[in-house]
Amino acid sequence: MDLDYSKDQQTFRADAREWLQQNVPATALESFDTAEGAKQHREWEARLNAGGWAMVPWPVEYGGRGANLLEWLIFEEEYYRAGAPKRINQNGIFLLGPTIMEYGTPEQKARFLPKMASSEEVWAQGWSEPNAGSDMANIQATAFRDGDHFVLNGQKTWASRGAFADWLFGMFRTDPESERHRGLTFILVPLDLPGITVRPIEQLDGLAGFAEVFFDDVRVPVEHQLGEQGKGWSVAMATAGFERGLMLRSPARFQATAKRLVELARLHVDSIEPSVRDEVTRCWIAAEAYTLDTHRTVSRLLADGKIGAEASLNKIFWSELDLRMHELALEILGDRGELRPEAPAAGDVGSWLDGYLFALSGPIYAGTNEIQRNIIAERILGLPR
Amino acid sequence: MDFRFDEDQELLQNTVREFLQTEVTPGSVRTLWETETGRSPELWKQLAEIGLPGLLVPEQHDGMGMGEEEMVLLIEEAGRAALAEPVIATAAVAVPLLAELGGALANEWLPKIAAGEAVVAVGHPVSPFVEDAHVADLLLLPDGTGALHAVTRDAADVTAQPSNDPSRRIATVEFDASESTRAAHGDEASRLLAAALDRGALACAAGALGVCDRLIGLAAEYAGERKQFGKPIGSFQAVKHMLANVKVKLEYARPLVQRAAHSVANDASARDVHVSMAKLAACEAATSGAKVALQAHGAIGYTWEQDLHLWMRRAWSFDHAWGRSPFHLGRVREALFTGALPIGPGTTFRGDA
Repeated sequence: MDLDYSKDQQTFRADAREWLQQNVPATALESFDTAEGAKQHREWEARLNAGGWAMVPWPVEYGGRGANLLEWLIFEEEYYRAGAPKRINQNGIFLLGPTIMEYGTPEQKARFLPKMASSEEVWAQGWSEPNAGSDMANIQATAFRDGDHFVLNGQKTWASRGAFADWLFGMFRTDPESERHRGLTFILVPLDLPGITVRPIEQLDGLAGFAEVFFDDVRVPVEHQLGEQGKGWSVAMATAGFERGLMLRSPARFQATAKRLVELARLHVDSIEPSVRDEVTRCWIAAEAYTLDTHRTVSRLLADGKIGAEASLNKIFWSELDLRMHELALEILGDRGELRPEAPAAGDVGSWLDGYLFALSGPIYAGTNEIQRNIIAERILGLPR
Repeated sequence: MDFRFDEDQELLQNTVREFLQTEVTPGSVRTLWETETGRSPELWKQLAEIGLPGLLVPEQHDGMGMGEEEMVLLIEEAGRAALAEPVIATAAVAVPLLAELGGALANEWLPKIAAGEAVVAVGHPVSPFVEDAHVADLLLLPDGTGALHAVTRDAADVTAQPSNDPSRRIATVEFDASESTRAAHGDEASRLLAAALDRGALACAAGALGVCDRLIGLAAEYAGERKQFGKPIGSFQAVKHMLANVKVKLEYARPLVQRAAHSVANDASARDVHVSMAKLAACEAATSGAKVALQAHGAIGYTWEQDLHLWMRRAWSFDHAWGRSPFHLGRVREALFTGALPIGPGTTFRGDA
């Protein structure tokens, strides 16, 4: 066990810190779930990319920095430490990108990854359908082959970033006789094709964070199929693994929230119950545990290990920690916990309320926590289906 | 940066696991429960042959000369096997304490411990009870002034305090403190006692991991076999989810224990906080594992005859020994609320060296 950073890693951290200090916008950007905010976030991503920091763990030829996963964790720590903007293209860079890296052809990698890294092309995810939520194998949208095109019909829903994205990835049934997990194909779809209708949906926070997407005889070239035809399920499982695990939710995010929570509790220490201090302490410990566990995973991956069903452990842990931290913050804020930041009496309520509303989605997206618990019980503990 | 146990360490863990699987069974644990001491000198001698009591004994005193990283892996196995021998008292706590005291005490007792010929118990102000005092050849005990004394058992008054776990033998100990018994005082004694507490708590955390893993395993096995309503009860989501919850607790306690071991071995500045985080998380995982495993077993788990309670009792014992949860939570809370600890992204591995 070696818990010291090497000289190179320290230099990497210092470089990241310096660049972020000079470049992170002084005032917070608007939410990327608004038209204006989406524009601001694309500009930020372009700047990040120009500085070479958009996708640090990717190879240089695909718009990355050629760093390893440990350096990526260091970058994430510095990114959250600097209070830098959220990543509008997270569906692309953290979920689809690594999947293309694993399943894409050389042509697909060259075509999609650089523009993903720069967020010139922002991605929406098309997992769910009206009748395929937790039961994702029940997908009904079809993509039947016609010459060198697929013809897409059907509907996706809860497509995150769908309102302002350029592309969507998702699974479509390419074999009309198939059932459940079989006969599905993972397809990449430009959202500006004829026959596509995107209808934004307002989320709990009132913003258009996701959308319904309708496909009416949409023609997509076959070279936009990722992985083999009919083998979309295994491609999607890789993507879901990244979504539940360390790529989408790096520990720095929760350490930053835990730090703000501890600072809030310190500030209000005289007015809070001792039990609240205890709970805040437990949250901070949990954020550290998540950080340590991620470093353990990354150490293993760097030594050629693989991630499997344990991504489900991660997903439960970070989503419930995030929610608990926000609940506690609102409890500490007391009567002001229900106020919008613009309320005259808001004081230091900050973004806790919006954060709470967002945290409520954590146990739902990327596969509900109930599904994750089933996966743990069946695949890790060996319980019968 | 490489946050993994190395191959040699894992090999050592597997060796001890295999040894304990053969030599320590629920039946043998129960047999010891019925004896006066609850301890087996023969088993202790066997454990010495595979190097367990002498793991931390320096090589010049005939030991293995290893550190806490190896120790936590082996104590996890002791927990998995529900081993009752005084591994924590003697191997994890007394040995490094004697090594730090040095001199005649170290010269006399360390080789005997490594050879499996002596048991040494350690008292601490964190608890009124001393574990394994009844079989200890030597007792290292604090007095009311914070000084540390070395007393042989015949010079002490040991009163057994039967506990909830027949494997956990604890006692109150009285002795006459004098110049001749005093081994350390003042700052040195405080430093040694603080280190002993952290080592004891770390060892309990490691043991709790093994106990929790075993409890989950027993419950999953039972739930996979026991049928009601025509199917295994483990196919019901209510049963699956409660076991999955314990698995989550266990897997996130594990890296805390791993890091605390590194911090103790390297005397890191935040050693005490790291140990408390580990003890708290691992014991919570184990005690919730005890509850959930019992629930999964239903009435059969509530019997003395079923072996489940061997591990349930170990979970409760580890929770009680070397500082209960409120103590450890309090140590972390104080460090957080006084601002003594740097927190936030990028601070996790600072000051570990």
